[in-house]
Amino acid sequence: MKRAVKVTVNGKAYAHEVEPRLLLVHYIRDMLGLTGTHVGCDTSNCGACTILINGRAVKSCTLLAVQAEGASIQTVEGLATDGKLHPIQEGFWEEHGLQCGFCTPGMMLTAVDLLQRNPDPTEEQIRMGIEGNLCRCTGYQHIVNSIQHAARKMRGAAGRATPR
Amino acid sequence: MAVSKLFGAKIKRREDPRLITGRATYTDDMQISGLAYAEIVRSPHAHARIKRIDVEAARRQPGVVAVFTGKDLQGVINPIPTAWLIPNADLKTPPHPALAVDTVRYVGDGVAVVVAEDRYAARDAAAQVRVDYEILPAVVDQQQAMAAGAPLLHADVPNNQAFKWALGNGEATAAAFKEAARDGVVIAQRFLNQRLIPNAMETRSVVARYNSGSGDLTVWYTTQNPHIARFLMSVVTGLPEHKIRIVAPEVGGGFGSKIPFYADEAIVVFCARKTGRPVKWTEDRRENYLTTIHGRDHITDLEVAARRDGTITALRGKTWANLGAYLSTAGPGIPTILHGLMLTGCYTIPNLDYVVYGVFTNTTPVDAYRGAGRPEATYLIERIVDLVAAKLTLDPADVRRKNFIPPDKFPYTSAEGLAYDSGNYGPALDKALAAVDYRRLREEQKRGPRNGKLLGIGLSTYVEICGLGPSSVVGSTGFQGGLWESAVVRLHPTAKATVFTGTSPHGQGEETTFAQVVADELGLPIDDIEVVHGDTAAVPMGWGTYGSRTTVVGGAAIVLAARRVREKAAKIAAHLLEAAEKDIVFDQGRFYVRGSPDKAKTIQEVTLQAYLAWNLPPGVEPALEASAFYDPTNFTFPFGSHVAVVEVDAETGQVALKRYVAIDDCGRVINPLIVDGQVHGGLVQGIAQALYEGAAYGRDGQLITGTMADYAVPKAHMFPTFETGRTETPSPHNPLGVKGVGETGTIASTPAVVNAVADALRSYGITTHLDMPLTPERAWNAIHGQRREVKAR
Repeated sequence: MKRAVKVTVNGKAYAHEVEPRLLLVHYIRDMLGLTGTHVGCDTSNCGACTILINGRAVKSCTLLAVQAEGASIQTVEGLATDGKLHPIQEGFWEEHGLQCGFCTPGMMLTAVDLLQRNPDPTEEQIRMGIEGNLCRCTGYQHIVNSIQHAARKMRGAAGRATPR
Repeated sequence: MAVSKLFGAKIKRREDPRLITGRATYTDDMQISGLAYAEIVRSPHAHARIKRIDVEAARRQPGVVAVFTGKDLQGVINPIPTAWLIPNADLKTPPHPALAVDTVRYVGDGVAVVVAEDRYAARDAAAQVRVDYEILPAVVDQQQAMAAGAPLLHADVPNNQAFKWALGNGEATAAAFKEAARDGVVIAQRFLNQRLIPNAMETRSVVARYNSGSGDLTVWYTTQNPHIARFLMSVVTGLPEHKIRIVAPEVGGGFGSKIPFYADEAIVVFCARKTGRPVKWTEDRRENYLTTIHGRDHITDLEVAARRDGTITALRGKTWANLGAYLSTAGPGIPTILHGLMLTGCYTIPNLDYVVYGVFTNTTPVDAYRGAGRPEATYLIERIVDLVAAKLTLDPADVRRKNFIPPDKFPYTSAEGLAYDSGNYGPALDKALAAVDYRRLREEQKRGPRNGKLLGIGLSTYVEICGLGPSSVVGSTGFQGGLWESAVVRLHPTAKATVFTGTSPHGQGEETTFAQVVADELGLPIDDIEVVHGDTAAVPMGWGTYGSRTTVVGGAAIVLAARRVREKAAKIAAHLLEAAEKDIVFDQGRFYVRGSPDKAKTIQEVTLQAYLAWNLPPGVEPALEASAFYDPTNFTFPFGSHVAVVEVDAETGQVALKRYVAIDDCGRVINPLIVDGQVHGGLVQGIAQALYEGAAYGRDGQLITGTMADYAVPKAHMFPTFETGRTETPSPHNPLGVKGVGETGTIASTPAVVNAVADALRSYGITTHLDMPLTPERAWNAIHGQRREVKAR
């Protein structure tokens, strides 16, 4: 028996009838057509499906769509606003933070959450902060650089450039 | 010729905007109207006879379109072939049915397929397929598989021996060993190169659509080599090659695991033809672990003969290579051609006697995983050089220098018969040692453990073979294809350019590096150049992306095609300028008569004229494009020196990688940012083999490391910041002077880290060789088995 679910994704309201067992990631990909959110595993290890739910990074393969009822969700498609890239996107582009790009959306959204909580992380804090997201291409070093790049940019934009 | 502006420039990747905004289309992202979903029912047993399959309950499930078994495919889908028929090795090629009919031979072997309206319905129905199995004894270890009385996988393959491949000179090697036993040293050691799971972040996925009206088959799928896939799809399905279109959309990493032609793509095509529906199949990660190829899995007994001054005179050994249950596409070539031929590494070792047994076992097939044979070879030679140094109490750097091929010997013919194109090994080692301050580290080590931490320094001076490769040579090794590459450079009337490459990059950044090359050759703004790959309907036949060949071979084809375009443009420019062609100078997109740079025709003006064709020189055809098919004259041989610095905690056995220096020589560098990225990624995969990763099977053939929760794909915090550097020794035969860098990090880093841990333990009096991965448990047992107290300093 299908259940009703209402969510806001990237600022747009959606309402659907879904099977209770439908995973949130499949709802986002198959029903909303937002395929920037990827599926890389079935054990919640890889983090390719990471999205922001009410501002916090969550692996969307670990939730049922019905559990997201009433939530405000942000996916990679909602990162850029008015055609302008988010600083985390700029960071990944500038610092070659991606190769095949498959882990990238989840990695960037985890980084956004990390930088919201800690605007000036050390390298070690970044490396620990993204431990829920796996990348097989980059060796992580350019991802660390990308997040540092975004952190500098976001602190600058917030007008509180903290001396390192 | 134009002054190079973009070759060597650290520019941002042009493929990134679609990837960072979520607008890229990977195979599973594809939506086509009428799409149905396939779920493959797989054997839960490693070895069993299929007594009966009952699909009736599955057929009655809601949303089911069709259910097929191996019997339905018989006579329609041909067996899945291997494409590397190594000669003189008594190679056995038992049939590999796409869906098993009588016998399953590994956990994950397909037995049936369900097609349904959505993925949930397909999976529900697959669970209702009833298979009666008669379970047979299984064997997972390659040496046990060759022993008398072992379960046999294939009827006509005695002892499960797929091949026996031999290399070298037994007599001369025996004489060298006799001499070393008398006056020098002989060391024997068993090395295990454990099985690895590639773990591309995107699992495999296939979408197949067949138009019964036109007879056209289109398959979008996760492949590194769409043209090879089309070739083999034609062989397997019997459909004519010109009616098959293969598209590799965005591909989320491969590392070799998306080279093979798998049974699954043939099954999905069968389903699409039978049901008249487009069909999608995407493996989940557990399925990926069971059915996508694995890598490595060698057992090697190796001996080395050396003089007392450290000069190595011979290598002798045997390797048992686990091939899994069936021969994968390149399976037989990896542990032989790409492994055995690189055994002597960067050293002048004159004598070699080596045998490789390829063995069938009840495990997932083994094929190319990043480095593919060369990491295994480099591990052997770089470990055994360290054992020679330890035995003779010589510095491992000195033993390496003593045996290096001297720079004036290139091109150098190795004992295996390969012609190394160029090399200068000493400066890379000097640079790497200087970067870590090697002398100071050795002095520090002499002072003993600090706070219970044992300091270790490990070297790896590697050379590898890539840029695959000259077609006649690879043909002589039994590879059933050529390895040349194609390119088309097409200027449109407005002088925007489309560049087509037969390679199929999937993260390596050639949409950027190839555009850099063409921008320089034609003096075009890089934003006016688009690189197209991965679609057999758009791109001429080419061989794909693997073996660090894309920039080396594909890039060479592109530069040749671009130069042909420029030559034709120069002819037209000369005609327009009313000058002789030999007097025309081309500089940064402008053609002019030598001495009159002010009166020029731009490439844009010339291109438009080429298309208008109102005033072309006699004999010159309209339009402006050229193609090239480049077959390299040799492979390329990148090299370098890596140094790992570790601390081993004597209390816990924990290994901490403190520093890692990589000095690589991949010839000329087109984009340093991308080269660094390739090196970093390779390092992590190689270091992870040394310290973290390893596939494990139970004796019953169950994959114990069957999920990402059980297999240690490494995380960001497990690594220090890598320190990279380069020397530059161009390849003399490559038009770009490049050598390839996609696999160097993986090839070099595994022995560097293992040598560092062994060095740490040796400094503490422990000389036992430890097998990878060097987990805390293994290091702790080595330390505490010897009951030593760690004295605080």
